[in-house]
Amino acid sequence: MFTVMEMIQPTTVEEAYEILTKRKNNHVIGGSAWLRMGSKRIGSAVELSQLDLDYIKEDKNYVEIGAMTTFRSLETSKVLSDNFGKIIKDSVKYIIGVQFRNVVTIGGTIFSKFGFSDLIVALLALDTQVELVGCGRMSLQDFLNKGYEKDLLTKVYIKKNNNKASYKSLRNAQSDYALLNVAVSNNEGNVKIYVGARPQIGTLALKASEFLSNNELTEENIEIAANMVSEEVVFGTNLKATKEYRTLMSKVLVKRALMEVK
Amino acid sequence: MLVELKVNGRKHKIDIEPEEQLVDTLRKIGNLSVKRGCDTGCCGLCSVWIDKNPTLSCATLTVRAINKEITTIEGLSKEAEEFAKVLIAEGAEQCGFCSPGFIMTVLAMKNELENPTEEEIVHYLSGNLCRCTGYMGQLRAIKTYMGVK
Repeated sequence: MFTVMEMIQPTTVEEAYEILTKRKNNHVIGGSAWLRMGSKRIGSAVELSQLDLDYIKEDKNYVEIGAMTTFRSLETSKVLSDNFGKIIKDSVKYIIGVQFRNVVTIGGTIFSKFGFSDLIVALLALDTQVELVGCGRMSLQDFLNKGYEKDLLTKVYIKKNNNKASYKSLRNAQSDYALLNVAVSNNEGNVKIYVGARPQIGTLALKASEFLSNNELTEENIEIAANMVSEEVVFGTNLKATKEYRTLMSKVLVKRALMEVK
Repeated sequence: MLVELKVNGRKHKIDIEPEEQLVDTLRKIGNLSVKRGCDTGCCGLCSVWIDKNPTLSCATLTVRAINKEITTIEGLSKEAEEFAKVLIAEGAEQCGFCSPGFIMTVLAMKNELENPTEEEIVHYLSGNLCRCTGYMGQLRAIKTYMGVK
């Protein structure tokens, strides 16, 4: 369990950022479900629940999600299902149970860049941006590629671009961590394939995505692309699964996901 | 730090540690139905409602529940008793250790889902573990209690 010298609940984003950046051992508290499993010693903990960051709203071009929005809200949101189908719901619905999903937050998951994250892979397949107080607004992919910097993630934007998208995962038990996950999207022939829980964080299968974007989405081409993914993406071994198993199973998940966005 | 919490409709002023989890605070003020089980967020034993949403009190910081309505089974004794009678009739109650968390989740499901399918019931309750019953009796009891066709 982590320990905290001082718990602060700021009421403005500016105040939260100022406290966060004041000292090295000051830390943001999001859902704290993962943080509590460790033994971090925190000076001033910046707890975000008084910042009104628990919302999902939409305008003409984007769906905007506050950083403190829980996975359960994502799972049951009509705004998200109307705009993006079932990809977001599919990516979070097997994460432990309803009570756990009412605790964990989108901001905490994205900022922590968890390799096992189901949600990050799904968001990558959609056109997602994040907004940080210090670094401003950037694509989710750029944020994941960027090195660690103390900052405060406040919002997530998903572009409404009529993507057809699908998410698939492989687990040893229904509510266990994914040992492999895949998300694909098809935006009028522009196909993107992301693979996560490799066990590293989600990554784009560039060659396979380009191949399908330049060729028709037939069953034969999907088979070729699935094989390309297993060859180009770097997999690894951990307690959940071996590199070889992940490599083989990636073909199956990619194929199943692509068949849904044909 | 001194915080004010609203638990089962009553306001409590209570001194807590900054990193205190809600399960510990609730027990301090007498809600002993709320138990610490796995302490990893997996078993559902510590389930309470925060603004009517079933939530793990072992994974929620107490400060996060400020300005929210917290409900434990002590605040739902009438509904809990009604469901408990059905549990007993279906032979779905054994050691009873998991029952408070389980019942809180079932009552939340009743508020949220209308006429759920068996698949939806199982999915909603996947965060509640029971080492005794094998779940079939519980499933029968839920279907009877919710009048699932």
